[in-house]
Amino acid sequence: MSSNHVKRVDLIFEKIECKAVLEKIVDMEPDDICQELLDSDLKGRGGAGFPTGMKWRFTAQEKDPVKYIVCNADEGEPGTFKDREILDQVPGKVFCGMAIAGKAVGAKMGYVYLRGEYKFLIPKLNTELDKFHKTMDEFNQNFRIQIRLGSGAYICGEESALFESIEGKRGEPRNKPPYPTSFGLFGKPTAINNVETLVHTVMIMNYGADHFRELGTKDSRGSKVFSISGDTPKAGIFELELGMTVDQFVNDFGDGDTKAVQVGGASGFCVPRKKFAETIIGFEGMPTGGSMKLFNSSRSMYNVLHNYLDFFTEESCGQCTPCRVGCQQLLKGVEAVKRGEKNSKYLDELVKLAKTMKRASKCGLGQSVGNAFGSIVENFKEEIIY
Amino acid sequence: MVSLSINGMQVKVPEGTTILEAAKQLNFRIPTLCHHDDLCVAGNCRVCVVEQLGAKALVASCATPVTEGIQILTNSLKVRSARKHIIELLLSEHNADCTKCYKNGMCELQDLSNEFAVGDHIFIDLNTIKDYTVDRFSPSIQKDDSKCIRCQRCVRTCEQLQGVNALTVAFKGDQQRITTFEDLSMAEVICTNCGQCINRCPTGALVERTYLDEVWDAILDPTKHVVVQTAPAVRVGLGEELGLKPGKRVTGQMVSALKRLGFDSVLDTDFTADLTIMEEGTELLTRLKKALVDKDSDVALPMTTSCSPGWVKFIEHTFPEYLPNVSTCKSPQQMFGALTKTYYSRNRNLDPKDIVSVSIMPCTAKKYEANRPEMRSSGFKDVDYVLTTRELARMIKQAGVDFNRLKEDKYDSIMGVSSGAGVIFGATGGVMEAALRTAYEIVTGRPVPFEDLNITPVRGMDGVRQASVLFEDCKEEWSFLNGVELQCAVAHGLVNARKLMDGVKSGEINVHFIEVMACPGGCLGGGGQPIPTNEEIRKKRTEAIYAEDMSMEIRKSHENPEIIGIYKDFLGEPLGHKSHELLHTQYTKRVRY
Repeated sequence: MSSNHVKRVDLIFEKIECKAVLEKIVDMEPDDICQELLDSDLKGRGGAGFPTGMKWRFTAQEKDPVKYIVCNADEGEPGTFKDREILDQVPGKVFCGMAIAGKAVGAKMGYVYLRGEYKFLIPKLNTELDKFHKTMDEFNQNFRIQIRLGSGAYICGEESALFESIEGKRGEPRNKPPYPTSFGLFGKPTAINNVETLVHTVMIMNYGADHFRELGTKDSRGSKVFSISGDTPKAGIFELELGMTVDQFVNDFGDGDTKAVQVGGASGFCVPRKKFAETIIGFEGMPTGGSMKLFNSSRSMYNVLHNYLDFFTEESCGQCTPCRVGCQQLLKGVEAVKRGEKNSKYLDELVKLAKTMKRASKCGLGQSVGNAFGSIVENFKEEIIY
Repeated sequence: MVSLSINGMQVKVPEGTTILEAAKQLNFRIPTLCHHDDLCVAGNCRVCVVEQLGAKALVASCATPVTEGIQILTNSLKVRSARKHIIELLLSEHNADCTKCYKNGMCELQDLSNEFAVGDHIFIDLNTIKDYTVDRFSPSIQKDDSKCIRCQRCVRTCEQLQGVNALTVAFKGDQQRITTFEDLSMAEVICTNCGQCINRCPTGALVERTYLDEVWDAILDPTKHVVVQTAPAVRVGLGEELGLKPGKRVTGQMVSALKRLGFDSVLDTDFTADLTIMEEGTELLTRLKKALVDKDSDVALPMTTSCSPGWVKFIEHTFPEYLPNVSTCKSPQQMFGALTKTYYSRNRNLDPKDIVSVSIMPCTAKKYEANRPEMRSSGFKDVDYVLTTRELARMIKQAGVDFNRLKEDKYDSIMGVSSGAGVIFGATGGVMEAALRTAYEIVTGRPVPFEDLNITPVRGMDGVRQASVLFEDCKEEWSFLNGVELQCAVAHGLVNARKLMDGVKSGEINVHFIEVMACPGGCLGGGGQPIPTNEEIRKKRTEAIYAEDMSMEIRKSHENPEIIGIYKDFLGEPLGHKSHELLHTQYTKRVRY
């Protein structure tokens, strides 16, 4: 391996004996599981980066006898396709992670909310689920998992909209508080985790928190599965150690002509070449749910931005004003500037609007539209105007 | 108790209080749009966002409960800039051609836009890009999506207060809108025309179908004799629309104003409310006799009232298997209409074809009811035009009548005399109470055994209420009722009607007689009543209704001299041949969507 390679890791896809991990946790004290995760510093891999151990402990502390575990496999972020691969390669580890969560918080029921387009995985998942339930029976554990299929709405990856969808309602985010740990699926305390996070919990319970902490930085421990796409000779799925700079990443994965990297998909940030060296990929810098999209100099950043705004305009659930109308205004606004119908100063108005959307939207979707918008407009203003 | 600071001032409030409510206690009003006292929290318009020091994002004050020690700013730079943006965004999506709007001057979005001096219209007009058509097919409700701000108050009203779910949110993103099953018109779906959505729509997206021009044309046509009837609840609501406080009774001024508007005869729906009691009470006693004496197992009990057209359409859609249980009596409005063009015209020596019959109702479903094909038993359309309380107020304003200085006037006769029992039709439980006052006396020869005839167990604001009256020492012809405890149930708001009917269906609720009013609080909270509405306002109107009852000389329907007169001169007897022809109707099973 040459020196400009970012360190590859093989934890998520490592084939391990889940049964052994389950056997180990069956007799553990629930809070010891939470503590192990807290010791590991594992943060959610869906993008928001909430400490997993804390989330589980909050759910465990709730008095309600009925609690749920939900695996968020809606993976709708443009440019993200790692959960599909995880579910395809190591579904048993995902279920195992849910069982660990169930043990930690005291839940008897888990749901996998599977992205509608991943329907083809269902036969495989069902076979694996049968095996899993048999193992549970062997250990006298009554934790059960069901699979629920999404219907294609991006917003249903937002945890509370996801609950609404499972409950058979229109997928719209709820007001927070209350948070899922106290009022989640069917109004019950719920621990909801990303597919990859759950697999990490399996590996932490298998190898221990210290093993996990050996990788990464102080703020971003461990490794992460990246979905790498765009102008790269090495598109695909890679598990990499956290803490690299965008520069290091581009040296490894770029095509020699990279002008920008979109970190974290449509809801993430665009990092221009001049900021590659100073930007760390991780919770201390640019967090990401896994999507890394590289753009070379042949790409129009106006088209990139237009594509994202088009996406958000369609995928906003539509319930809150800043997001529903704001997305439309940003889209129509950049079009008008491009056509010369509005002067370039109008972009400043739109940047202010994006700030309002970030501050006043009801959920993470509306709050993050401004990320791509602000970072692309700020760094590629000429491309947007001319 | 939780203590927090708002704009630097300390306040202590009970746990669970929202920031919005806490601010109110300190006399800080935070603007809202999607929030409504009658409905669950939505938190979707975001107009009410405030700054919580230390928090990254602004919080929706209507949806966020207070926590210990938080510091809130309701008017910071961040808040002001976000709020102005949000109002601008709503306006950019809204058909802001205000001068052409029916709700011009009565629009919450317009108020906010004034308040925040939003005149720049910085954003691109999105409204003209979209292809909206106005749904004018319903005779009651007009829906104009171009004015909709997606606050979903109507959807929540239809679901939570009415349990009808005719309105729903469909599509997402820029395509999101409020619509019906398969985008059908309001006239083709399960909508009961109750108009509760109109009462809660902040803009002009949902309004009543207005017939003001038609009524003015009739009044100003010298060849027409225009008769107007006024429903019980109008007299306790109209004042609000004309600047008076909720709960003010304006019966006399209203009569006076109607005369000034040029109606040829100003009459009272309360008269036919009394008539309804005679017909419906007799119908109930007849059904009881069939069940108890003739042991007729086909007789449909419990019998339900039929005066609320929202309820009638609801049961036609939702519980069609119970249609035989609905009293065959027409509503007081329709009885009045049928008699206007028969009994009244004969009495006044008028040709019914020259009569235009107008009713003033607290209700939008009455507009639909008047247009039912079966409502033509006089040989003409029994009621030609139905106006809401709000439309009447608009007529009064248009005619330049200084309402608040008017002297009280009296209803014309015939069909203008009524009892207190007729008045209380306007409140939930009122029909039940009026029916019991008469039925008990018919059966026993004595007044109902309640102080001042006030049957308090059927009154109140609980969604479903049950009560019973024991028949003792009955008159000879009613001796089969000796010892029978008449079981009654009352529901208001269709979500409660559904609960009640589900209970009847499951056998949990076992009663003889059911009163249902489609609207919360009964007609006084009707879909044609002044806006705004909330529980406090409805309670004030309720107090006014019962005060009106107490002020009446006659308190029982069967003692109304005009009722005695109409049976003597025209109808013969309750449920007689003429009654059947003019005062009774039948029902239709309808679609489930």
